Amino acid sequence: MTEPKVRPYHAAAWSEPLIHELGRSGERGVILPEVEADVRKAVGKPELLILKSMRRKAKPGLPELSQPQVLRHWLRLSQMTLGMEAEIDLGVGTCTMKYSPKVNEELAAMVANMHPDQPEESMQGLLEVAWRFANVYLREVSGLDAFTFQPPGGSAGAFNNAAIMRRYHELNGELDQRDEIITTIFSHPCDAACPATAGFKVVTLYPDEETGYPSVEALKAAVSRRTAGIFVTNPEDTGIFNGHIDEWTSIVHEVGGLCAYDQANLNAVMGVTRAADAGFDLCFFNLHKTFSSPHGSSGPGSGAVGVTEELEEYLPVPVIIKEGEEYHLDYDRPKSIGRVRDFLGNLQVVVRAYAWAAAMGADGLREAAEVSMINNQYLSEKMKEVPGVTKPYGGKRLDQVRWSLEKLKKETGCGIDDVNHRVIDYGVQSFFTSHHPWVVPEPFTPEPCETYSKADIDYWIAVLKRVCEEAYEDPKILKEAPHNSSIHALDSAPFDDPERWAMSWRAYRRKMK
Amino acid sequence: MAKKPHPYIPNSVPEVKAEMLRAVGASSAEELYAEMIPDRLLFKRRMELPKALPAEHDLKRHVAGILSRDSTCAETLSFLGGGCWNHFVPRVCDEIAGRSEFLTAYAGGYYSDLGRFQANWEFQSLICELVGMEVSGIPTYDWGSAAGNAVRMASRLTGRREILVPASMSPARLGVVANFCNTTKMPDALKIRKVAYDPETGKLDLNDLKKRISAKSACVYFENPGYLGVIEDQGEEIAEITHGAGAEVVVGVDPISLGVLAPPSDYGADIVCGEVQPLGVHMSAGGGLAGFIASRDEERYVSEYPLRLISVTGTKVEGEYGFGQAKYERTSYMAREKAKDWVGTTTALHGIIAAVYMSLLGPEGMKEVGEAILLKSHYAAERLSEIEGVEAKFPSFFKEILLNIDATGKKVKRVNKALLKRGIFGGKDISREFPELGQSALTCVTEVHSKAGIDRFAAELEAVLR
Repeated sequence: MTEPKVRPYHAAAWSEPLIHELGRSGERGVILPEVEADVRKAVGKPELLILKSMRRKAKPGLPELSQPQVLRHWLRLSQMTLGMEAEIDLGVGTCTMKYSPKVNEELAAMVANMHPDQPEESMQGLLEVAWRFANVYLREVSGLDAFTFQPPGGSAGAFNNAAIMRRYHELNGELDQRDEIITTIFSHPCDAACPATAGFKVVTLYPDEETGYPSVEALKAAVSRRTAGIFVTNPEDTGIFNGHIDEWTSIVHEVGGLCAYDQANLNAVMGVTRAADAGFDLCFFNLHKTFSSPHGSSGPGSGAVGVTEELEEYLPVPVIIKEGEEYHLDYDRPKSIGRVRDFLGNLQVVVRAYAWAAAMGADGLREAAEVSMINNQYLSEKMKEVPGVTKPYGGKRLDQVRWSLEKLKKETGCGIDDVNHRVIDYGVQSFFTSHHPWVVPEPFTPEPCETYSKADIDYWIAVLKRVCEEAYEDPKILKEAPHNSSIHALDSAPFDDPERWAMSWRAYRRKMK
Repeated sequence: MAKKPHPYIPNSVPEVKAEMLRAVGASSAEELYAEMIPDRLLFKRRMELPKALPAEHDLKRHVAGILSRDSTCAETLSFLGGGCWNHFVPRVCDEIAGRSEFLTAYAGGYYSDLGRFQANWEFQSLICELVGMEVSGIPTYDWGSAAGNAVRMASRLTGRREILVPASMSPARLGVVANFCNTTKMPDALKIRKVAYDPETGKLDLNDLKKRISAKSACVYFENPGYLGVIEDQGEEIAEITHGAGAEVVVGVDPISLGVLAPPSDYGADIVCGEVQPLGVHMSAGGGLAGFIASRDEERYVSEYPLRLISVTGTKVEGEYGFGQAKYERTSYMAREKAKDWVGTTTALHGIIAAVYMSLLGPEGMKEVGEAILLKSHYAAERLSEIEGVEAKFPSFFKEILLNIDATGKKVKRVNKALLKRGIFGGKDISREFPELGQSALTCVTEVHSKAGIDRFAAELEAVLR
């Protein structure tokens, strides 16, 4: 079979000024709705409606631009962003960069002008969509019993679950004893950071050199009467499935802890293995990953939480319930953790997720999982053609593999950062490496989910192969990359220098003086 | 079973799937799963789900069919606010929000996603102009989460564990803050103490503040305007009392007020937080929220942010801008449980939309929108107060009128039901949240309301109360 030819790409390079450098005094981008003369007459001068001490003295230092110029500026910035839809984004693993169907945007827009406190009777449709997505789709996918969409992101889902564990042990009178959460190093950082924010001590288990995940013995040694619970991703960010996971949940349950599953990496196991069947009490799903809602440059997302019947009463309020043919918001839940976010969460994201799942159905969800998994096997096979890449830990992986460029680095001096700067010259997004610490040296984690065709994978591999070959032939090509980007090599020193960093135009102007 | 390829899944074409399986030396997906997942954990049956709707037309009919039963604030005259508000959304905001590149980007690099980083940075720049600060970050989930992060920052900065908040705060927002603070007896928990408000004005009771503040107080948090609509004009006194006790001043603001109201930096704020949604983001049934945090550019503050902070920098070409993450080792992506709280997928797109909004309005537009809100809300308060038994309770407000109907002997709940029949969403019933305020509705009027709409509301309310 002929290898696909790698095609050069040149990013848009507008050399676009900062918005504060554009426009001129007096220009306006938009006119506000009219204030009728009768209103002005009845009320008088607006400044007199505020006590003098509270009136703004100096106008805010915002730029002044007309509408076409505002639009042009933001369009140019968008063009200098390599969005997922314009390229083969399978290098951004753990993130499930799947296609977000366009029709779902139109459906989500139907709720754009709804207020969350509208009377229930005026929002039965939206409540029905949310209820059905939870109690039909997520229930079947997870085997769990009750759900909330209040957490507005995956990490917020983890925090929600930490808050539930906290409340559960508090009401059982055991919180002063149970102050430890156990997680694994290849679980997402939120599985450590969120329980810590909730007040728990965090114990992190490291992988067995052979299997790539911590042994049952390591868990047994870690649990005690102090264990509040575990937070674990499975398959972990390495793509490795911990096949002892049901033993893990039994061990934790035996000492009185709860088990929270991070289902961020669900995509390749939808309809294949379920949270409840592995013994989990709580889990969260990323609707902006597995369930296709667009990532939005990093949110809004949704960290939909599912729990067992036993934990239902701890869910944040309100909970969407169905009585007869009507949907209601139930606030009367004395054991509830209260709120993790105002209102009902990101329901426009839930609308998209529901539409996606409805388009897929049972066979479609399973097909998405199978194809994602097969894509990953195929990509793994093709990876053998790429020089300098190794796969730490043995065995097959589900949705992704955490590969290493340690060999490339040793042999050419080029590591993942260099490769990341070069692949974009071929129109491929920089890869997601790994969260820290880099247990796998020089890591990268491609996730070829069901969105990507065989030809896409072949092309992506051809790019990586070409770049790694370049590293052996002439490392300078990588070291000086990117060559065709929107900007040239940037100076990263100010990012950690209080004298030089500038998080705003005001700070920048002051420091430039 | 012969399956049709799904349009979202290119490799669902049976021949392709078979070809790929051959390439990896497997005969079926089941065989591969069996190598990775123990048999006892495999889900053996087919999921029981409604029939798939792979045809876009059928899907749209189904979902739109359900959603079209709902009313929205676009066609129903609404006076709901209280944390999510109906404001004018310029079409250009929608245009940029829908740009494929911003909508579908996520975790690209400083070079490949230059535009996204510049957009994030410009949000920070513009919100800093409104609040009078020099540092902000990519927004978090909502005002409550931002306040939760902000008071925890104050606690770490002072090494103290008590947080003072106004008793007039939104119970829902306070609920979010409470989960951040941790109301249990765990050693790391922060204690929240409520400071009374003046029942006549809705402003903070300074005597009660003086009584409650102590050497244990990490911060005093207050809002402008507050949940009950009130403009808190005692900021300077509050800041003086707070700083006198060695605590931090944390102010939550609705930034759409800041074209007319003094920025919190004018009256002594150390950390500012608030809600981004009014700045051009659709309400989306509460899904439009986004919370920002801002502060002075001092290393000790910067070090405590959980958020991703974008800094500008130069490149090897003179005059060219680059952008990247400042002091990134603070974040949970780097430091896991040792991080400053946590950061994750939050609301970056809403930040970008708000940046577009602020650049469309400029200084004059922000002033005008603030004035339009003041004029219309005060006009509404006058009109509604003319109705017998209806009182606009707190005199100094921005866009929410605390409308009390005790003198009518009616319940807000029933009045709102009657208004709904007349095609109006009445103000939020807060009689359960604040029993001490009697039968009161938090009635929100913004620049989108017309005089005719307000007059109609007044007439319908009068008819309902009669």
